[in-house]
Amino acid sequence: MSTVTDSAATAQEKRLSLLRVLGPVHVWALGVGIVLVGEYMGWNFSIGKGGMIAGLVAAWVAGLLYTSVAMIDSEVTSTVASAGGQYAQAKHIVGPLMAFNVGLFLVLAYTMLEAGNAITVGFLLDTVAQMQGHTGLNQKPFIILTIMFLAWLNYRGVLVTLNFSFIITAIAFLAIIILFFAVEGGISAIPLDFSAITTEPLPYGWVGILAALHFGLWYYLGIEGTTQAAEEVRSPSRALPYGTMAGIITLVIAATLTWYVCSGLIPWEYLGQAGTPLFDAARVTGSLWLMILLFIGTIFSTLASANGCINDASRAWFSMGRDRYLPTWFGAVHPVYRTPYRAIVFLVPIALVFALGAPLDQVITFSILSGLLGYTFMSFNMIMFRNKWPLKSIKRGYVHPFHPLPAIVLMLLCAATYVAIFLGYGTQLIAMMFYFILVSLWFHFWRYRFVRRGDQFTMPWPRPQGY
Amino acid sequence: MDLWNVLEYLAWALSAAFGLHMLYDLWKVDTTYDNELLTSSREGEIELTQERHEI
Repeated sequence: MSTVTDSAATAQEKRLSLLRVLGPVHVWALGVGIVLVGEYMGWNFSIGKGGMIAGLVAAWVAGLLYTSVAMIDSEVTSTVASAGGQYAQAKHIVGPLMAFNVGLFLVLAYTMLEAGNAITVGFLLDTVAQMQGHTGLNQKPFIILTIMFLAWLNYRGVLVTLNFSFIITAIAFLAIIILFFAVEGGISAIPLDFSAITTEPLPYGWVGILAALHFGLWYYLGIEGTTQAAEEVRSPSRALPYGTMAGIITLVIAATLTWYVCSGLIPWEYLGQAGTPLFDAARVTGSLWLMILLFIGTIFSTLASANGCINDASRAWFSMGRDRYLPTWFGAVHPVYRTPYRAIVFLVPIALVFALGAPLDQVITFSILSGLLGYTFMSFNMIMFRNKWPLKSIKRGYVHPFHPLPAIVLMLLCAATYVAIFLGYGTQLIAMMFYFILVSLWFHFWRYRFVRRGDQFTMPWPRPQGY
Repeated sequence: MDLWNVLEYLAWALSAAFGLHMLYDLWKVDTTYDNELLTSSREGEIELTQERHEI
């Protein structure tokens, strides 16, 4: 008997696991790092769709949606502390088929966003080259370098990856704060002008607000990525809620300041089409230092986003491999760096194919659609979680207030956003739904036979109520 | 050839270096260590050592 116990203990000792070295600061860096690029570009198309007021309404309504996401995520993740984030939540709370789909939502959303960020780095460097008189810059080597360098960094260790993210994200966030105070302090050559709010309050009517909502998501898209760090934080029940809630507060502040400065400095007709609105706002001020600062902020936010996306996509892919939802080869941990190294390397060519072969708007649209499918899951997942395991049945690191209001708000806002996306990108939405139906059929009729059904449910929870 | 052309070549070279380094390390690890060990990670080990879901 003792021999059996000893050999079991030896096997336990020989197991490799992801390295648990992260704290709340890294969780903040992961969440805000993925998202902050949305403040630097993309959100302003909401103003093009509906005018200045619609842009602000979209920013705050999307802020409400994501505050619900952050609260729900904080509660569930502080309890289901596993790599894979929402994938692991879905597995334990809803079931394997939902988990498989959620895992794919995550990998697609983050890999597409990573590709979009790499394309943006190439575009930004081309812009600088043109400003210096160099035309015809080959963007491909810079796009590839972005993906290769960040994948290499992720391969080498999670601590160095998220320390890097923390530094560049903090600089990018401070750049927005400095721009705001500089403009308020009168540095700008052009004063803030909000007269369009009264002269053209809603140029496309109320439907403009609905259309703007799609792009309002850009301010916050990806904050839910904090959950992917669950298996690498020292204290999941403390670090994840702190990091995530601090992250959403940071983003609501950044979104509001961004809207205020950009809408005040740039006419809404131009702002609605600008490629780099914060950088353009800095150019309008006429200050060279602000221009340099906001350019650095734009590049850093883009790199931080791609960095976090590689981290999150690889954890989701790794978790699915570990559970045999995908080949187990992907469930490997590096013996020295303690990272999911095979998942990281495998996702590199996929990101490269999208970054080099697909247009930016399509890449980003597929990323948003995958994210939105994930948010829809979170809303009913939260209700099922509380129903199956009420508050007093298991220990939670964080209990979110006003349940079920955030889950219902999230579900309603997701429904409104589906309508908004259908108006602009109906074909892509339908194509994506067909894709997920097909892969679900593959999983149900073929892949699930390889899954060790008892092993995948790892939380030592009591039997759910009603079962 | 100006600075940007040099940067293009540098970006190609660095991309290849990072990519090859990852592939070399992956090959080295996969041929040095037993696959059973590399895929031995199990979800929920934190739970077993840290968290007790009881009130």
